[in-house]
Amino acid sequence: MGRQYLLYGAVMLEIEIDGQAAQVAEGSTVIEAAHQLGIYIPHFCYHKKLSIAANCRMCLVQVEKAPKPMPACATPVSPGMKIFTHSDMAIKAQKGVMEFLLINHPLDCPICDQGGECQLQDLAVGYGSSASRYQEEKRVVSNKDLGPLVSTDMTRCINCTRCVRFTQEIAGVMELGQAFRGEFAEIMPFVEKTVDSELSGNIIDLCPVGALTSKPFRFGARTWELSRRKSVSPHDGLGSNLIVQVLHNKVLRVLPLENEEINECWLSDKDRFSYEGLNSEQRLTKPMVKQDGKWIEADWAAALDYVSHALRDIAAKDGAESIGALLSPHATLEELYLAQKLLRGIGSENVDFRLRHSDFSADGKRAGTPWLGMKVAEVDKLDRVLLVGSFVRKDQPLLAQRLRKAVKRGARVSVLHASDDDLLFKPFAKAIAAPSQLPRLLAEVVKAAAESKGVAADAALSAIVPGESARKIAESLLEARQGAILLGNYAQQHPQAATLQALGHQLAEIAGIRLGFLGEAANSVGGYVAEALPKGQGLNAAQMLAQPRKAYVLLGTEPEMDTADGRAALAALEQAKTVVALTAFKSAAMLDYADVLLPIAPFAETSGTFVSTEGRVQSFYAVTKPQGDTRPGWKVLRVLGNLLEVAGFDYESSEQIRDEVLAGQDGFVSGLDNAASGVSLTLDVAASTFERVADVPLYFADALVRRAPSLQAARDAVAPTARLNAASLSSLGIAAGSLVRVRQGDASVQLLAELDGAVADGCVRIAAAHVDTVSLGAMFGSLSVERA
Amino acid sequence: MLSESSLKKIDREVAKYPAAQKQSAVMAALAIAQDEKGWLDKDTIACVADYLGMAPVAVYEVASFYNMYDLEPVGKYKLTVCTNLPCALSGGAHAAEYVKEKLGVDFNQTTADGRFTLKEGECLGACGDAPVMLVNNKRMCSFMTPMQIDKLIEECK
Repeated sequence: MGRQYLLYGAVMLEIEIDGQAAQVAEGSTVIEAAHQLGIYIPHFCYHKKLSIAANCRMCLVQVEKAPKPMPACATPVSPGMKIFTHSDMAIKAQKGVMEFLLINHPLDCPICDQGGECQLQDLAVGYGSSASRYQEEKRVVSNKDLGPLVSTDMTRCINCTRCVRFTQEIAGVMELGQAFRGEFAEIMPFVEKTVDSELSGNIIDLCPVGALTSKPFRFGARTWELSRRKSVSPHDGLGSNLIVQVLHNKVLRVLPLENEEINECWLSDKDRFSYEGLNSEQRLTKPMVKQDGKWIEADWAAALDYVSHALRDIAAKDGAESIGALLSPHATLEELYLAQKLLRGIGSENVDFRLRHSDFSADGKRAGTPWLGMKVAEVDKLDRVLLVGSFVRKDQPLLAQRLRKAVKRGARVSVLHASDDDLLFKPFAKAIAAPSQLPRLLAEVVKAAAESKGVAADAALSAIVPGESARKIAESLLEARQGAILLGNYAQQHPQAATLQALGHQLAEIAGIRLGFLGEAANSVGGYVAEALPKGQGLNAAQMLAQPRKAYVLLGTEPEMDTADGRAALAALEQAKTVVALTAFKSAAMLDYADVLLPIAPFAETSGTFVSTEGRVQSFYAVTKPQGDTRPGWKVLRVLGNLLEVAGFDYESSEQIRDEVLAGQDGFVSGLDNAASGVSLTLDVAASTFERVADVPLYFADALVRRAPSLQAARDAVAPTARLNAASLSSLGIAAGSLVRVRQGDASVQLLAELDGAVADGCVRIAAAHVDTVSLGAMFGSLSVERA
Repeated sequence: MLSESSLKKIDREVAKYPAAQKQSAVMAALAIAQDEKGWLDKDTIACVADYLGMAPVAVYEVASFYNMYDLEPVGKYKLTVCTNLPCALSGGAHAAEYVKEKLGVDFNQTTADGRFTLKEGECLGACGDAPVMLVNNKRMCSFMTPMQIDKLIEECK
């Protein structure tokens, strides 16, 4: 009965399972101990990431000296415990439980989508009997409408409550519950509600039976027909690991590939369901060239020839600097690298992948590549956090999940933002103000921290007087053992992003905490590694639109949706002589402004590499063949390089390109550093009424997800409205629900006014990246609202 | 949604628990809400949830679990007959049959005149008094022989 004290303080207990001796940590349960030994105990309701419910009773085992079988998931180990998982008593108990579970479960495996990957089916083979003794009527439960992503067959539910616990504990809001009691208990959302969480798809994986299945995949294929291939998500900066399931060269389903250091066993709905966009009708499958205003399909040779001639002509006539390239941050590292190499090869420095950014004044002043500032897995270990300008729940759903975990462990997370969105945890302190005032608010926190710590603050902050919430935030950050200030997508897109970065760095130095950027896109770090941004006299993304070019090369982007100012992007592209779009999709706008469309392979159809927000290098293979005449982007760029006679374009594989970019950096890239020196702080921007608060809603964020029909039917994809708080609405004399005209500069659109108490005073929240609001222009700026 | 006086009563219940555990008052709050509204529709449940800082479905779980809470309108008198095992063995089943016959309604039905609603109840914790019945969720009646039932129904006219 020995107890051993290990270095890290956990008490180890000696126990015995099925005759095997084991040492397990005190406080662990029998099922954990068994798994540690590789002994499988059948179970349904137990899940390592969820709280213990012990309601399915499938994991009953025999424990020496215990008079009755014990549930392994809820029985803590004790010194000298002897457990028998396959004794007569245990097997009898497990078989008994199985008989009860099957009483009400329909015997419809042949028509059930879960068939072949069903825990109940599998365990019934081992523990069920060949015939049922049950003669009475079976229970029938009506199906529930959980929204466009999750399909229900509630009669199959065994009431394990995994889905309920997931919504409550991981997704952060209890959207499902177990109503009624006893035989009548059923899992349901609140009356007439759906499950709208951005993580809702995980309940499909969690459901051990066929009660919750994927709606987009429903009746699509049997699990054993599908091949399982590894990939990496092309969406947010996290780089979630995926299993992509393919049949007949078509992606039919995406599941999480468990990686404890990144996505754990979860996926956001965007990562899980965006594959639907791959089969969109808007897929471009043949090269197309516009001749005399008409689009004609061309073969690759002709199209590439056209492109090389067009670019050469313009470089010769107007100078190479009249060519600009806008690259998607969702493109692969190899594509980004070749695109910048191509542009530089023909003599243009105008190349950028930071399309939604509006402040580039930190260029040349950064100490290194902006990154998360820590490993993803460290986020839930933080104890003090300041979240600046971040719609984290929608932008990086799984990082928000980690922050929620941190808060549960007692972390104090404060918020500084233009909108007080519900993060599904209670912020410790918050400072909400118009976008123009965010730098000043952060400066207040810096000043308060400096004063409290008795160190000198930056001279530029001499006029700053910290307010109460700034002091509260500063005090909490000064207590940090593992602290961080995290700059969200919105802070990175802010017109004073460099000021926010510099202030963040100062605050991090004063408080002894880390500064991090939440990665906007799959290759937000990779773009820097590939040097896909201008140096010297080159124009950045904003300048390329403000000073229109003669020719544009677009890589995987729809600039009207993907840039900081969609209106300016459209104007710049429309006036250009030549627009070459390397794209997987075509759109009406693109057919209008482009001159050549080259179909390049989207996610799943090309090999490549993403460098995640933590600097992790993740390469992947194509999981299907490219559709139609589509070719991987790196191959298209290689041929273009050859045609334009740029040196060093004879690559034979994407791996060769990757190895050239990374030059031996393995696992994680080097050169990551969030410090910036010599940035002049801009703190005295006057607030205007009204200011636009533009979020990029998660299902509008990139070309692929914009074309995933099921996600577009989700609550998060509703058309943008003009959201104002009650004070703003009443000052304008406008009723929520009425039509308003919103003017920004000389543009205007009509939108429905909506009451949103979270929006800062004097602000109107109008989503960007949507076809309804593109014509408004920049994501930041002042606008007026009037009755329509 | 709920009246000022109901909210005040709920505040009194909430005050009995630590400030961070307002949800402990959910059963009392639902009872107070039902006293005011007669039954618990989804808006009332959402209102209680909002007031206690709970997820609406969590309150719905409670409201649907206990049969003192009515998720549909009920008659003026709601009679709940316990049919759990000890009661059933001591005349509860007969008592239920007798009431059904006398009122001409089945479980979960209301008499045509809107006076009585009959419900099948769970253990009321007084098995020694079996058969037991509950009138309007609050008044407990013990030893409900047919004679006693006649008397009760007479009283409730």
